[in-house]
Amino acid sequence: MDDASNGKPKTELLDQLEEGPWPSFVKEIKAASQGSEKATDLLRQLERSYEERKGHWKHGGMVGVLGYGGGVIGRYSDLPEEFPQVAHFHTMRVNHPAGWFYTSDALRTICDIWERHGSGMTNMHGSTGDIILLGTTTDQLEPTFQELAQNGFDLGGSGSAVRTPNCCVGMARCEWACFDTMKLCYDVTQAYQDELHRPAFAYKFKFKFAGCPNDCVASIARADLSVIGTWKDDIQVDDAEVANYAAAGVDIQKEVCDLCPTKTMGWDGKKLSIDNRECVHCMHCINVLPKALRPGKERGAVVLIGAKAPIMQGALLSSVLIPFVPAEELLDTLKELVKRIWDFWDEYGTNRERVGELIQRVGMPAFLDGIGLEPVPEMVAAPRDNPYIFFETKNGGAK
Amino acid sequence: MTTAPKTPRITDIGPPHYQKFLPPLVKKNYGQWKYHEILAPGVLCHVAESGDRLYTVRAATPRLMAVQTLRKFADLADKYCGGHLRFTSRNNIEFLLEDRNNIEPLKCDLAELGFPVGGTGNSLSNIVHTQGWVHCHSAATDASGIVKSVMDALYDRFTHQDLPAKLRIAMACCLNMCGAVHCSDIAILGIHTVPPKIQHATLPKVCEVPTLIASCPTGAIRPATYEGKPSVELIEEQCMFCGNCYTVCPAMPLNDPEHDGLSIWVGGKVSNARSAPKFSKLAVPFLPNHPPRWPEVVDAVVKIVDVYAKNARKYERVGEWIERVGWPRFFQLTGFEFTRYHIDDFKHAGLTYARSAQIKY
Ligand code: SF4
Ligand code: SF4
Ligand code: SF4
Ligand code: SF4
Repeated sequence: MDDASNGKPKTELLDQLEEGPWPSFVKEIKAASQGSEKATDLLRQLERSYEERKGHWKHGGMVGVLGYGGGVIGRYSDLPEEFPQVAHFHTMRVNHPAGWFYTSDALRTICDIWERHGSGMTNMHGSTGDIILLGTTTDQLEPTFQELAQNGFDLGGSGSAVRTPNCCVGMARCEWACFDTMKLCYDVTQAYQDELHRPAFAYKFKFKFAGCPNDCVASIARADLSVIGTWKDDIQVDDAEVANYAAAGVDIQKEVCDLCPTKTMGWDGKKLSIDNRECVHCMHCINVLPKALRPGKERGAVVLIGAKAPIMQGALLSSVLIPFVPAEELLDTLKELVKRIWDFWDEYGTNRERVGELIQRVGMPAFLDGIGLEPVPEMVAAPRDNPYIFFETKNGGAK
Repeated sequence: MTTAPKTPRITDIGPPHYQKFLPPLVKKNYGQWKYHEILAPGVLCHVAESGDRLYTVRAATPRLMAVQTLRKFADLADKYCGGHLRFTSRNNIEFLLEDRNNIEPLKCDLAELGFPVGGTGNSLSNIVHTQGWVHCHSAATDASGIVKSVMDALYDRFTHQDLPAKLRIAMACCLNMCGAVHCSDIAILGIHTVPPKIQHATLPKVCEVPTLIASCPTGAIRPATYEGKPSVELIEEQCMFCGNCYTVCPAMPLNDPEHDGLSIWVGGKVSNARSAPKFSKLAVPFLPNHPPRWPEVVDAVVKIVDVYAKNARKYERVGEWIERVGWPRFFQLTGFEFTRYHIDDFKHAGLTYARSAQIKY
C-alpha cells in the first residue's frame, strides 16, 4: 500500500465506501485525518484489513487511569512498524448523560478535548451507551480524563464491574414513560460509582431502564437487571379520539382489537371497550392510537433479571423477578435488591459468570432463596413440566 | 501502566446531570407529554398537556464520527434549536425544535451535509453495530463497511414509512455480540469457522492455563505440555468457534481470512408489543467475507426485507410474520437453503424442534 504522491494514503477499497447515499464512516475517518496522524494511520491500517480480510488489532493489555480499574480499553496494532501512529490506540469510555441529551457547548468541549489528546474519532455512542473516544496513547489517558472531569464528565464502566447504566428518553420526550427513567438511571449511576470504576465482580453487570414495555433500550435482551415501566390500573381511553382515528381510516377492529395478544378489546363501530383484567400491558393498542389511549395512572415497573449475549453458555432474555414496583419505590427497592443479588453472586458466581448464567446453573428457586424473594406465578411462563423435584430433605421430605 | 497525577485529581463524579442539557421546552413539560404524531418520515411532533409542541427531526449518523462532524451538528443545534440536541439508542441524531418553521430549513441543511432524515414509524431505523476491524481484536469481519453497504441498498426503507411494522437490523462482528443483535428483526453476525491456532511458544507467558480451560463453553480445551512447558490442546470436534478462549488468552487467535464469514439471523424483537420478546433465528449459516461491499450479505438482507415487506400484514414484525406463515414458507419465499446447521444441537436443543403434527402443506 504505497502512499500516493499527494501525501494522502492510497485507500482504493475504502474509497468505494465513500460512494452511495448512506453517511460514510470512511469520509469521517478522512475528515479526522486532516487534523490527526492517528486517524490517518487508522485509515491505512483499515485499508490493509480490507485487503487481507483480517483485523490487525492485538488484545488489550491493562491500561487505565490511576485509581480506576476500568473505563479504558487497551488496544494495540499488530503492525506497529507500518502504522506507528496506531501502535497504541486505546479507547476511552465516557459516561454519557442520561437520555443522550447535549448542549452544543458540551459537545464541542468533548470534541476539543479529544482533538487535543486523541485521534478525533468517536462513536456516538457505544453499544452500552457510553461516549466512545477511539484511539489514544497511554500517556494521554490521564490528561484526557482530568480535562473531561474538569468539564463534568467521568469515565464509564468496563471489565468485571457495573457497566454504564443506560435508559430510554422517558419523561423528557415520551408520553408513555411509566417512571422517570433518566432520573433513576442517573441516581443508580451515582450510587454505584465505586462498583463502576473498580471492577470487583465475577463479570459485568448491566442496568437498563425502559419507560414502558416498548423497551427502546433493549433492556430485556441486554441488561442483567432490566427495569421496564408498566401500569396496573385501566388504560386511559379518550372515546372521541378513538372515533377520530376510526373516521381517519384506522380499522380499529383489525389493526387494534384483532392484534391484542389477549383479545381483550371490543369495538362496536362507535366505542372501544377494554376488559383491563386480561390486558398484559403489551403497548400495541397504545402504539397504534397514541392520541386516544394512554397507560393507566398507577404506574411503576417490572423488574427482570439475567439477560445477556451468547458468551459463554448461550444468550438469555431477562425473566421476571418482581412483577410490579410502584414508581416512587423503585430506587430504594432496586438498591436493596441489588445488594442481595451481588452478595449471592459474590458468593456463588464463578469467574466470568453473568448473573443470568448463575441462575441457570443453581436454579431460580435456589437464587430466590438466596436473595430472600418469595416465588410468584408471574415469574414463569408455566410451572415445571418434569417431575424431578428436589424436595428439601432436611425435615424428612415434604409433608 | 498508569501515569502519575500532577494536580489534585477529580474522580468518581459520575456523568453530568442530564438536566443541564435539556432544552427549555423539555424541562418545562418533563413528564407532561400527552401524545405524539409523526408529521413525515423522521419528523415527530410531541404535544404536552400544556399545549406546547416539540418537533423532533431525526437523522442517521454513521456512528463512527469525527469531531469535525460533531461540530457541524453542534452548529445546526445552535442555528435551529437553541443549542440542544440528542442521540438515540440506534445511533441517530435528533434535533428538538420549538419552531415548526425550522423543520424544512434544518432538513435541507441535513440533506446538504449528507445525513438522511427518517427512521420513524414503520420504517427501517439505523443499524446498531459494533467495532469490527476499525477497533476490535476478535472481529471476524468489519461492521461499519457492512452497515454502509446494506444501508446504501436499503436507503429508501429508512426515508419512507411503508413497511408493515418497525424493522430493526443489527450487526455484530463476533459472537460476543456487543449490541442486541440476538433479538433483532434481522441480525448480521460475523463468525469464525475454524478453531483457534494455539501459539504454544507464547501461551505460557501470556495466559493462565486454568482460566483458559475454564473459558471454553464446550470443554474443548484440555491441559497439555508442549516442549516441556505447560500449554493446552484442543478437541477440534467440540469447538464451535465462539472465540471465548481468545478473549481470555491472546495465544489462541482464530481470525482466518479464508474461513471467517457472516451469518444472517431473523425474527427477533425486544419490544413487548403484541408478542413477547424473542431471539433471532438462523436464516443463512455462512456467507463469504467480501469487502469492501459484501454483495452476498447485502443481497441476503435485501431479499429478506423485500419478502417481508411483500408478505407481512400490517404491524407484523419479521418474527411475527414468520411465526404466522411458518418457517418452511420463510425458506421457500426467500429461497435460502435449509441445512443441518439450522437445527439446534447445543443445550436444550429439543425446545426448538417441531413437537406437534401441525404442518402446513
Ligand atoms: S421505552 Fe417506552 S417510554 Fe421509553 S422511549 Fe420507548 S416508548 Fe417511550
Ligand atoms: S396493551 Fe396490549 S394487551 Fe393490553 S389491551 Fe392493549 S393490545 Fe391488549
Ligand atoms: S462484536 Fe465481537 S468483534 Fe465486534 S466489537 Fe464486539 S467483541 Fe469486538
Ligand atoms: S473458540 Fe470457543 S469453543 Fe472453540 S476452543 Fe475456544 S472457547 Fe472453546
